Amino acid sequence: MKLYEFMGKELFASYGIPTPEGRVAKNPAEAAEAAEQIGSVVIKSQVLTGKRGKAGGIAFVDNPQEAGKEAERILDMEIGGFKVEHLLIESKLQIDQEYYLAITIDNSLRCPVILASTQGGMDIEEVPEEYIVKYPIDVAIGMQPFMIREVARQLGLTGELGKQFASILGRLYRAFKDRDAELVEINPLIVSGDSFIAADAKVTIDDDALFRHKDLPRVEEKTDLEKRAGDLGLAYVELDGDIAVMANGAGMAMATLDMINYYGGSPANFLDAGGGAGVEQTAQALELLLATEPKAILINIFGGITRCDDVANAFATVKKNKEITMPVVFRLVGTNEEEGRKILDDIGIIAYKTMQETAQKAVELSKQ
Amino acid sequence: MGLVMAIFIDEKTRVMVQGITGNQGSFHARQMLAYGSNIVAGVSPGKGGREVENVPVFDTAEAAVAAQEPDASILFVPAAFAKDGALEALSAGMKVIVMITEGIPVHDAMEVIDYANRKNAVVVGPNTFGIVSSNKCKIGIMPNQIYVGGPIGVVARSGTLSYEIVANLKEAGYGTSTVVGMGGDRILGLNFINVLEEFEKDSQTELIVMVGEIGGTAEEEAAEYIKNNVSKPVIAYLAGKSAPPGKRMGHAGAIIERGKGTFDGKVKALEAVGVKVAELPFQVPEMAKEILR
Repeated sequence: MKLYEFMGKELFASYGIPTPEGRVAKNPAEAAEAAEQIGSVVIKSQVLTGKRGKAGGIAFVDNPQEAGKEAERILDMEIGGFKVEHLLIESKLQIDQEYYLAITIDNSLRCPVILASTQGGMDIEEVPEEYIVKYPIDVAIGMQPFMIREVARQLGLTGELGKQFASILGRLYRAFKDRDAELVEINPLIVSGDSFIAADAKVTIDDDALFRHKDLPRVEEKTDLEKRAGDLGLAYVELDGDIAVMANGAGMAMATLDMINYYGGSPANFLDAGGGAGVEQTAQALELLLATEPKAILINIFGGITRCDDVANAFATVKKNKEITMPVVFRLVGTNEEEGRKILDDIGIIAYKTMQETAQKAVELSKQ
Repeated sequence: MGLVMAIFIDEKTRVMVQGITGNQGSFHARQMLAYGSNIVAGVSPGKGGREVENVPVFDTAEAAVAAQEPDASILFVPAAFAKDGALEALSAGMKVIVMITEGIPVHDAMEVIDYANRKNAVVVGPNTFGIVSSNKCKIGIMPNQIYVGGPIGVVARSGTLSYEIVANLKEAGYGTSTVVGMGGDRILGLNFINVLEEFEKDSQTELIVMVGEIGGTAEEEAAEYIKNNVSKPVIAYLAGKSAPPGKRMGHAGAIIERGKGTFDGKVKALEAVGVKVAELPFQVPEMAKEILR
């Protein structure tokens, strides 16, 4: 779960990391009021995507009237597919230098890693390798002061600024660890006069750990359908096509989409019904697919823990209660396959044996 | 890392099942026994003294070790408690632990894997279907009937997709030596390289099949490794060619972010080192036929 910048800054501030004075505004009046109190401000659109500046989602203003006008303009924007609903109004800072500082997880090393650079302010992907300090944190001992000293040394930070940097990095790691973050990023970490200040905040919390962070705000990035599926415990992603897909297992679902594309069709979604979905869950997944009104539905089940007869029964139940107007193509193999086929047979549906026959048929039907 | 015999597990492996009295635990204990796995103990806190399918149940891993000397464990433990269960198993001396559970917090996974490394133990998963050495030992949740012995070693990120490919191979007349499920999460105990290294050494394995997917850099790193270290032929199938960037396709690891982990990049890296890449799963047996002829 990504946090909005203002939430990330609140989190940082609660760990004692210096952040600019700021307020959240949801309309031009609130923006003007914030500018009235703060003075010269920067208005920052709050969206879960980068490149806000380039898109025109950031404005510098000197008085409340201008703040109101700019706020109105930005609140009307859509940036990278996200509607702007919040603005962060912050005091304009004198920027003397821009650093980059982040802690994230290195999948290959299987440990947290500190990333730091003297070349802050731009996307870290665009910073040449030789300007990036990368320091893996040994999981067994966690962040230790000597690591911070080493990172500071490599950045050339000494004296008062070095001390401030050490304090910020230590606190950033505490936030990262306490909050089960996958990423905490300050870009840029600016030097303003003789102080470091976190001018931006990017925080991603591990979705799987949200259960132990009930106090954190929840940020919804999903579409309504994706949210409905999520509530049912299903992995669902909306796509642009017209063949609705249900498969068991994420890899199998992905392979099914690939096969539909291969045969010239276009999938409407990714839906992983889970490795061991029972009748009830499968029926709910089917209802969800029907609600998207696709041209055809493809169900691809390789029964392992998932039982073919459970899936067939779920389909039969849904079909009894609801008129299904679009063609449904089944592929059913594995655990309790014969029982499943018989159930489908009784309601006039033939299940294929192979993925390729199934995908070809679904593509053909979607074009009629 | 790793054991000398077969790859990771064999007929001598003594298996412990953590969470054996639960629904999933007891069902899969039964399935594993039916496959011929040597399950010697179960662990369920507060349920010591019972039996499940004639397997004695203990309150703690230490008690199980004292009485039954297991050396591998499979965990059917809810995500919130999986770290504790895994650390318990490792502390008790298990050399292989199989973490079936999906949705384990990534910080927990890092701790478990770090501890395992220091204990010289192997973590399979998390979010895996397990590992099976054909006709010797199955520690996992996969369907028994498709794992017949043969010359092909399979390593996969995804469960059902690997079943699909193993079943297709069986249909074509090819059995598998060992099938390893690395798992679908972003932090995993085993990567492709760890498994390729074992298959290269394993005398039963003549051909290696990698089942990967978009996201991360595991396939690219595998390609780099294959170049200098793997002499056996390798076939790869990768899922997610049609996945849009920025969307997590079910698995925590399966997401294209900042242009990294794309399908095309992975195919290019693998083909450059001589790996045959199948476009669709059913092409894997056709390629195997060409190679093993």
